Amino acid sequence: MAKSAAGTLYRGNDGMWSWVAHRVTGVLVFFFLLVHVVDTALVRVSPEAYNHALELYKTPLVNLMEVGLVGAVLYHALNGVRIILIDFWAKGPKYQKGMLRGIIVVWLLVMIPGAYFMLIRTFESLFGSTS
Amino acid sequence: MSAPSLDAPRSKRQITKNNFELNAWLFMRVSGVVLIILVLGHLLIMNILDGGVHRINFAFVAGRWSSPFWQIWDLLMLWLAMLHGCNGLRTIINDYASKHATRMTLKGLLYVATVLVIALGTLVIFTFDPNIS
Ligand code: HEM
Repeated sequence: MAKSAAGTLYRGNDGMWSWVAHRVTGVLVFFFLLVHVVDTALVRVSPEAYNHALELYKTPLVNLMEVGLVGAVLYHALNGVRIILIDFWAKGPKYQKGMLRGIIVVWLLVMIPGAYFMLIRTFESLFGSTS
Repeated sequence: MSAPSLDAPRSKRQITKNNFELNAWLFMRVSGVVLIILVLGHLLIMNILDGGVHRINFAFVAGRWSSPFWQIWDLLMLWLAMLHGCNGLRTIINDYASKHATRMTLKGLLYVATVLVIALGTLVIFTFDPNIS
């Protein structure tokens, strides 16, 4: 594609993909929220019912999905700030590409240690304690 | 009501009865800013710090909800996230469901689910009993 077209075409560029990812993560998080309010409502049934449901969240597969959920929310939140800055900050549209790079860096800086802390217990239970 | 469509260029501005869509647009931004603190704080405390999800059980919830601070935090987060997500999904349904009946059915389901979940969550926060057996 000719260099001059970059920035004039929305379709297929990073502007489109950041929007697609914002939409997909928003829907994903909303459906999880519906489930999450219902599982938390089990505290009104009995401590056993709630603790039993929480055991599922501590299994290796669901623990891994938890990292995906936190990653989805974090992207949505960071890109939400980017959208708000594009809308309200005079220089927002000019820097939208740089801001997208910025949120990807922040996302990685949070998710690498974050994933470590979320998964360490599962790792230890699967492959033996390291301490 | 027909599918939302774009006006022809330079056509006259439609006179609308109210500013619902503008207010919904603004609400997405205002609720988004508040949710950054509420939701990211919630995830940091519940999923990452101090053992994360592995330390959560009934006693942990009882300890947190003994404080009005976390009750109000969770209540506000529930209402804002549900309304923000519901309005986001309303936009998406309007974008992709082009048949009138499909659109109305999906939005009806969305609104029923939203009202039920907000009501359930609110009830649970207000009637939580740490001594339930
Ligand atoms: C954590 C802080 C959050 C921020 C800063 C944020 C920000 C935003 C913003 C600015 C929009 C703009 C939509 C537009 O283009 O008008 C949006 C859309 C949306 N948000 Fe959030 N949001 C957050 C959390 C959430 C949560 C918790 C959910 C799920 C319950 C959610 C679900 C959605 C959905 C479904 C959309 C619609 C996406 C679309 O139309 O493509 N958001 N968000």
